[in-house]
This record gives sequence, C-alpha cells and structure tokens, in this order.
Amino acid sequence: MAASSAVTANYVLKPPPYALDALEPHMSKQTLEFHWGKHHRAYVENLKKQVLGTELEGKPLEHIIHSTYNNGELLPAFNNAAQAWNHEFFWESMKPGGGGKPSGELLALLERDFTSYEKFYEEFNAAAATQFGAGWAWLAYANDKLKVVKTPNAVNPLVLGSFPLLTIDVWEHAYYLDFQNRRPDYIKTFMTNLVSWEAVSARLEAAKAASSSSS
Amino acid sequence: MTTTVIISIFLAIFATSLQNARGATMEPCLESMKTASLPDLPYAYDALEPAISEEIMRLHHQKHHQTYVTQYNKALNSLRSAMADGDHSSVVKLQSLIKFNGGGHVNHAIFWKNLAPVHEGGGKPPHDPLSSAIDAHFASLEGLIQKMNAEGAAVQGSGWVWFGLDRELKRLVVETTANQDPLVTKGSHLVPLIGIDVWEHAYYPQYKNARAEYLKNIWTVINWKYASDVFEKHTRDLDIN
Repeated sequence: MAASSAVTANYVLKPPPYALDALEPHMSKQTLEFHWGKHHRAYVENLKKQVLGTELEGKPLEHIIHSTYNNGELLPAFNNAAQAWNHEFFWESMKPGGGGKPSGELLALLERDFTSYEKFYEEFNAAAATQFGAGWAWLAYANDKLKVVKTPNAVNPLVLGSFPLLTIDVWEHAYYLDFQNRRPDYIKTFMTNLVSWEAVSARLEAAKAASSSSS
Repeated sequence: MTTTVIISIFLAIFATSLQNARGATMEPCLESMKTASLPDLPYAYDALEPAISEEIMRLHHQKHHQTYVTQYNKALNSLRSAMADGDHSSVVKLQSLIKFNGGGHVNHAIFWKNLAPVHEGGGKPPHDPLSSAIDAHFASLEGLIQKMNAEGAAVQGSGWVWFGLDRELKRLVVETTANQDPLVTKGSHLVPLIGIDVWEHAYYPQYKNARAEYLKNIWTVINWKYASDVFEKHTRDLDIN
C-alpha cells in the first residue's frame, strides 16, 4: 500500500509557484481558479483513474506521455497525461512581474537563432495566434538550436523529440474569461508581462546538460 | 481522403456561382464568385436565455463567426490570385485556411438555425417522420440526446457533435468532428440535421469548464423543426424508416 501511494504521488496537482491572484491584472485570479483549480485538477484526477489497474499505473508521467503518444496514434491516456504535464510547465513559465526581454546567454542564443529578440517575438506570437483550435505554442531546444513550435490539443515538444523551454496555452479556456475572443491581446500580455525568463534559462541549462550527457 | 473532401467543399462553393460561366474562361468564373457574409441571427441575442446567455450569443455571432467570414473571404481572395497566376503550390497551401475558416462559416450558419427561442418552438420534440426514425435508430429521443451529450463531452480540444442523416446508408448517425471540420469531412453522404458547437467559446463565459451542463441545457433551445425540414427534404426520394 505504501508503495502505491508513493507512485501515485507522480501525478500531483502542484500549485503554481505564486498565489492565484499574483498574476493580476494580466491573468485574473478567476482564470487561475478555473484553469488550475478545475481544468488542470481534472486532468490529474482523470489520469489517476485512467491508469489505475493498467500497466501504466505508477509509471513516471513522461513515460506515460511517450508511450501513449504512440507515434501519433494517440492512446486514451495521452490527453490527460500530456495536459497534466503541460499545465504544470505553463504555470512555471510565468511569474509576477515577468515578461519583456531576457538578458545574458539566453538573449544571445535568441539573437543567434532568430537574428533578434523581436524576430523571436514575431515568430512565437505568430505560432500562438495561428494554432487553430486548441493547442500550445513553445520555445524549444533541439540539436543545439532554439526553435518555435506550435502543437494541437495536448501534444508537446517532448513527443516531437525536443526540450520544451517555454509555453503559452492557447486553448480558449486559458484566456476566455480575461480576453474573450481576443487571443492576440492575451499573447501580447503574456509576452510583455508574464514570461519567466529565469525558468526558461534554468530549463535551457538542464536541456544542454541532458543533450551532452546522452550524445 | 481529406484533400479530396477539401476540394469537394471548395468546388461545391464554386458551383453555386458558375451557372452562367460554363465553357467560358477561368477569369470571369472567379470574378463572379460570391464572398461569404455573416448571416443575421434569426432571433434576439438574449432570446436563448437561460440556456445560452446573451453575452455568449453576442461574442459567438459578432466576433467568432464574423472572424471566420472575414478570414474565409481573405483566403478566397488569395486563392483567386493564386489561381489566376497558376501558382498551384499556393492554391494547395491555402486549402487549410479555407477549411478552417470556411468550415467555421458553414458550421455556424447551420448552428444559428439549429437553435430557437422557447416561444418559437425551441426544445419542442420532433414530430414524424423524424421522430419515428429517431426511435428506430436510437430507441428514443432521450437515447439520441444521451449519445450526443456523451460524444460531445468526449471531444478533446475543439470541435462539434453532429446528429446527421447518411443518405447512402439510409440511417441516422451521431458523429463528431474536430476544429471546424464540417460533417461532410466524415463522409460525403452525411447531411447535418443538428450540430452542437463544443468549442470552449460556445459555453465558457456562462458554464466555464462545465461542458456537460451546457450540453444538458442546450436541448431546451434546439430547433427540431429545422432538423425535421432538412430530414424530410432529403428523405423524400429515399426509402428510410
């Protein structure tokens, strides 16, 4: 019994690293209450129910994501597993007083791979704005290069072979209470006021370390 | 399969404007092509309350549907130029924008007709012949509604749940489509009778994450008369029971 409670701790609804009202006025407390408190919570709870009694039970979340992605022929648990992962990653991609331009090594890499921060912004903005229906836009790292990726529904760069560094959720539930149909305004607010470049830098370091140790 | 369907939808749209252009050159055909426009809502914005709020109806019609119309017309314009230039790779590249936005326009134009205020018959169960056909295929109207709601709730991401007529197999079906794919993308012989939008924008301001509750309540404003009319029109020449 102790063993199974330890492994179900793999699928935990971790709170964001800030209070639910800490991103106001850019992302409302009401949005966080529903988005984290209802949507994210449901993905975690439903995942636990879905893997119970199957060979996936107790496996690490990333393992479940990879095996249920099944090379694009999605298996039932993929949606809940990937969305549980994506949302935790999303909360940690933001911080109060965030946004704007990064500095140091991260800025240098953005300038190297996109020619300028402005070009990166343009590409990231376009990806987020043109992902039709539900999905995510990402800054990702692969083969020592930064790139912008957009994905539908629950798909994320993990299953596409790259390291996620930053994400914005463009499912309508992410912005509807605060911005209604105005997704471009939501993206602009995210870029200007919410992005945690510290989190992105930390993830980049981890990605580089993981790349060099496995190559 | 998808490319064939996209081209079929596209040609269907073209066909309505080509009556006078048979045998003529391509350019007059393109010039006579009509653009889409936002249809008026057949009832007031607050007329579907309390099932669907006025706030949602305004946003859904004036913002979401209008955007599909605008973007669809923009894509058609680009298509017109690409075709005139013989730029075939652009023609093919534009198909996904046409499918997204044209599909959005087509689907929502049906959706507004699928709904009616209670005082105009919204929610009133269908009569024969549709009623008997529903009983034959789903055991009862409640059976159909339960199936629609279950499938609608299970759509991951954005999409639609449809109650349709399969003209070829002569039966009634429940199907779902992703994003703004029209029902015809699931089968060219499928005719939509009722479509329910399960994109989050269709219910979020009022229901938040409770999609199941939205689906439960929308039946109080479903316009079965429209569904019956379409069903009867398409089954006059079919032997369906």
